[in-house]
Amino acid sequence: MDLLLVILIDGLIYGAWLFIVSVGLTLVFGVLGILNLAHGSLYAIGAYAAASAVGLYFTLGGDVFPLGSYAAMILAALLVAVVVAPILERGLLRHFYHRDEVLGVLVTYGVFLILEDVIKLIWGVEPLFVFEPYDLLGTIEAGPLFYVAYDFLVIAAAVVTGILVWYFLNGTNRGKVVLAVIHDREMSQTMGVNVDRVFMLAFGAGVFLAALGGALTAPMISVSPGIGVNVIIVAFAVIIIGGLGSIEGAALGAVMVGIARAASVHLVPELELFIIYFVMAIVLVFRPEGLFVKTQTRKI
Amino acid sequence: MEKSPVLVAAVTLTGLIVLGFALPDWAQFLMTIALAKGLVSLGIVAGMRCGVVSFGQGLYFCLGAYTAGLMSRWTGVTDVFLLTFLSVIVAGGVGVIFGPLLSRYRGIFFAMLSLSLSMILFGALAKTTSLGGTDGVNVAAPTFAGYAPEGGALATALYLFIVTVTVIIGTVMRIVFDSQSGLVSLAVRSNELRVEYLGSSANGIVAVSYVIAAILGGVGGVVTALAIGHVDPEYAFWTTSGEFVFVAILAGYLSIPAVFVASIVLEVVRSFSNLYFPNTWQLVLGVFLLVVILVRPDGIGSIKLWRRRESAGAAEPSA
Repeated sequence: MDLLLVILIDGLIYGAWLFIVSVGLTLVFGVLGILNLAHGSLYAIGAYAAASAVGLYFTLGGDVFPLGSYAAMILAALLVAVVVAPILERGLLRHFYHRDEVLGVLVTYGVFLILEDVIKLIWGVEPLFVFEPYDLLGTIEAGPLFYVAYDFLVIAAAVVTGILVWYFLNGTNRGKVVLAVIHDREMSQTMGVNVDRVFMLAFGAGVFLAALGGALTAPMISVSPGIGVNVIIVAFAVIIIGGLGSIEGAALGAVMVGIARAASVHLVPELELFIIYFVMAIVLVFRPEGLFVKTQTRKI
Repeated sequence: MEKSPVLVAAVTLTGLIVLGFALPDWAQFLMTIALAKGLVSLGIVAGMRCGVVSFGQGLYFCLGAYTAGLMSRWTGVTDVFLLTFLSVIVAGGVGVIFGPLLSRYRGIFFAMLSLSLSMILFGALAKTTSLGGTDGVNVAAPTFAGYAPEGGALATALYLFIVTVTVIIGTVMRIVFDSQSGLVSLAVRSNELRVEYLGSSANGIVAVSYVIAAILGGVGGVVTALAIGHVDPEYAFWTTSGEFVFVAILAGYLSIPAVFVASIVLEVVRSFSNLYFPNTWQLVLGVFLLVVILVRPDGIGSIKLWRRRESAGAAEPSA
C-alpha cells in the first residue's frame, strides 16, 4: 500500500515537472506548426539564467528575505523569453511558417546545435549549483515518508500553469483569437486577426514556459551543459501521447508518463528509460495521432 | 551522354584505393568513418526521395555496431564479411518489422516516431548491465577471411573494405534510384495521392525505402564499430541520428556522391573543431545547416556539377 502511495506521489511530482516542460512545446506546435527541437535548449537557458539570478539575489543580500529567490527565478525565465523569443521568431522561424513541418524540425535542430554552444560560451562548462531555493520550504511528511516541500511546489506550479494557459485560451477574447488561428490561419487573417503578432506572442509564451521549466528545475540539479538534450526527448513523448497541439493532452500525457516512470523506478528500475517510449508506442498503436486528436481535413 | 554506372564505379573505386595509400593514417581513418556514416545518411536520402525524413537511423547504426561487438564477444566471430552479413540480417529484420508500421505516417510523425524507436534502444542498452550499460562493449579487431592484420595494416584493410562496400552500394543505389520503383518514390514525394490513384502503393514504397535505409544503417554501424573498436548506447542517441540527418540535408536527395562528400565534410569539420575550438563546433554546424536550408534547400547535390541524370527533365518542381 505504501509502495502504491510512493509511486503515486513520485509519479505526480515527475508528471508535474513533465507538464511544465512540455506544455510550451505543444502550444508552439499548435499555433505555429513548428515542432521546436530547440525547446530543450531554451529549458537549459532558463535553468542557467535562474541559477545566475538566484546566485545574484543572494550575493546582493537576499538572505534577509530568502523567499524572494523564487521571484528571481521567475523573472529570469521571463527575461529569457523577452530576449530570445523575438530573435528566433522574427529572425528565423517566420520564414518557415508556410513550409513543410519537417523543415521546421530541421531548422530548429540547427537552432538546438547553435544554442548548445551559445550556452557554453555564456556560462562556461563548469556546473552551477543553487540549492538554496530547494531547501527553503523544509520537508513534508507523507505517511512514513519525507518529501522535500519544493517538490510539491513544482506540482502547484504545474497546476497553476495549466489553469492559466487553459483559462487564457478558453476564457479570454485574446485566447479565443489564438484558438481561431490554430483552427484556420488563413480565415483568421481574412477576418482581420494580426496573425504575425499571435505567432510572436505564442512563441514568446512557449519560450517562457520552457525557461520556467528550467528555472524551477535549476535548484534540484547541477546545472551543466547538456541538460536540455534529454528533456526534449521526454517532452516529445508526452506531447505525442497527448496529441500534438493539445494542452489537455499534454497534461494527461505528463501524468501517464510520470506515473509509469515512477512505477518502473520502484518496481523494475532497468526499464526506467524504456517505459516512457513504451507508453508512447502503446498509445500510438491505438490512437495514431495521440489521445486528444483534432480531426484533420485533408487539403488537396 | 549517359555514362555506365559500372564504369563510373570502377574508376571511382580505383581512385579511392590509390588515394587510400597516399593519405596519412589520420586521414585514412577519417575517411573510413566518414564513408561508413555516409552509408547511414544515404539510407535517409532514400527516405527523403519519398518525402520522409527519418530522425532515428541511430537505431540501425547502433544495431549494426552492437551486432559486431556482441558477436565478437560471445562467439568469437571476427570475420568482417560475416559480421557485415549478420548486421544486414539484424538491421534489415528489425526494419522489416517497423517499416510497415512507420510507413503509415508522414512528416513530423514519421520523424518523431523513428526517433523514439531509436531512443527505446538507447534506453534499453543504457540500462542493461549484461550488455555493458552506458560503458558499452569493446569490439575485437576484425579479420578478413582468415587474414588477421594489425596496426596500420588493419586500418588500411578496413579502409579498402569500406571503400569497396561504399562504391558497390552507391552503384546499386544509383541503379535502384533510376529504376521504375525508384522513380515512383519521387512521385510519392511530389504527390502521394496521384500515385495511389495510378495504382501504386505509396505506403509500400515508403516501407521498402525504410528497410533499405535500415540495412544501410546496419552496414555503416558495423564498419564504424570495427574501426573505432568500441560501441556504446550513444550510437542510438538522437543527436547521433541528428548528425546523419545533417549530412543527408547537406547532400540533398539528388546525388549519391554528394552524400559521401557531405559526410567527409562533417567529419573533417568535426575533427578540426574538436582540436581547435571544442566548445563552438556545434555552433558552426548549426549555422552551416541553417545556411544550407535557406540558400540551397535541395542540398549541395543540387549544384549543377553533381547532377548527371535528374537534370534531364526528371527533376520535380520544387515544393
